[in-house]
Amino acid sequence: MTNSHDHDHDNHFDPMTARVKALETILTEKGLIEPEAIDAIVDTYQNKVGPQNGARVVAKAWANKDFAQWLRDDATAAIASLGFTGRQGEHMRAVFNGPQTHNLVVCTLCSCYPWSVLGLPPVWYKSPPYRSRAVMDPRGVLEEFGVTLGNDVNIRVWDSTAELRYLVVPQRPDGTDDLDEDALAALVTRDSMIGTGFARPVT
Amino acid sequence: MNGPHDLGGRMGFGPVLPEADEPVFHAEWEKRALGATLCCGALGLWNIDESRHARECLHPADYYSSSYYEIWTKALEVLLVRHGCVTGEELETGHAKRPSTIDRPALKAQAVPETLARGGPCDRPASEPVQFAVGDRVRVRNLNPQGHTRIPCYAKGKVGAVEEVAGVYVFPDDNAHGRGENPQWLYRVVLTGRELWGEDGDPNLTVSIDAWESYLERA
Repeated sequence: MTNSHDHDHDNHFDPMTARVKALETILTEKGLIEPEAIDAIVDTYQNKVGPQNGARVVAKAWANKDFAQWLRDDATAAIASLGFTGRQGEHMRAVFNGPQTHNLVVCTLCSCYPWSVLGLPPVWYKSPPYRSRAVMDPRGVLEEFGVTLGNDVNIRVWDSTAELRYLVVPQRPDGTDDLDEDALAALVTRDSMIGTGFARPVT
Repeated sequence: MNGPHDLGGRMGFGPVLPEADEPVFHAEWEKRALGATLCCGALGLWNIDESRHARECLHPADYYSSSYYEIWTKALEVLLVRHGCVTGEELETGHAKRPSTIDRPALKAQAVPETLARGGPCDRPASEPVQFAVGDRVRVRNLNPQGHTRIPCYAKGKVGAVEEVAGVYVFPDDNAHGRGENPQWLYRVVLTGRELWGEDGDPNLTVSIDAWESYLERA
């Protein structure tokens, strides 16, 4: 049987591609969106706003005690001083890991995440396994990331149920006293700023 | 609402599966879905609380079988129809059937950097005295509204301590439903693993939630 009508949106695309193309077409025809604005948004989160921003914040906190204190006292302002502001980073808090305290960030209700410093969240952060278990069995979740904590290490889970957004400042790796901020930033992973990883050791 | 989105403490979803070197997007349509959602949001016809509520109102079977950008796309369609931007027929055919009656300018590409950098702060000046102080013992009220709320089910009825009085913020339970911003004091409340999960709870676990004042009562 041949398809007698010629919907260009549903005969050769997978269902979600077709569905989103249809939506974008309608909205563009109605003048409610401009495809170039979508391009600019995608470019922002693919190339400009991502975990490299958060890594600058953490590296500066490691290198500069005054900045670290500012970050504790007013994270939104301290982070803004490095040029990182805006959507899903309007109200920031920085939480510091220590030898006896490990911080882990989740949003059990949706996918709240500090976009201004980490970019868009990874799939696992938005998915039911992480959102359901991070608050109940965080040690088990961390094992799945290859992170093993001693049972005596306190775990603090931050459930982002409002508009505060949390950035974990991981512990500074040993042997990094001589590194400058650029070199320090290279050790800071995305997961270490969510709490599902550690900063990279010096190789 | 006690919807499918409220996942804290639920079981049966299996292990977390981190993806090594995960790309920002997994398909072209995800880029367009994200961008369309943000562009439509910039029209100012609805707020972030209404969009969150549209997502959590998906049928649980649909919610759990959809990827996150699928959830966003389905909720965006609901919002666009609700606010008169598109019709079901248009979504069905993939083309506009009539001109837009929405008198709002589309977000321009040149305005994107400034718009994203500005964000949407939702703190507001205080107009009511603060009720709780750091260190106060508070119980998360057992509220079960039909509409939007940001009380996670796992914390209801549980007692914790106020760790931070975080300021005054737009109240999502009202804002999601067009009842105004009605800002309230927001508190970070810390609860122990034992309080939340009983005697099998991790003795070295604490969990914090951020709770608006009307979610809490003195314990």
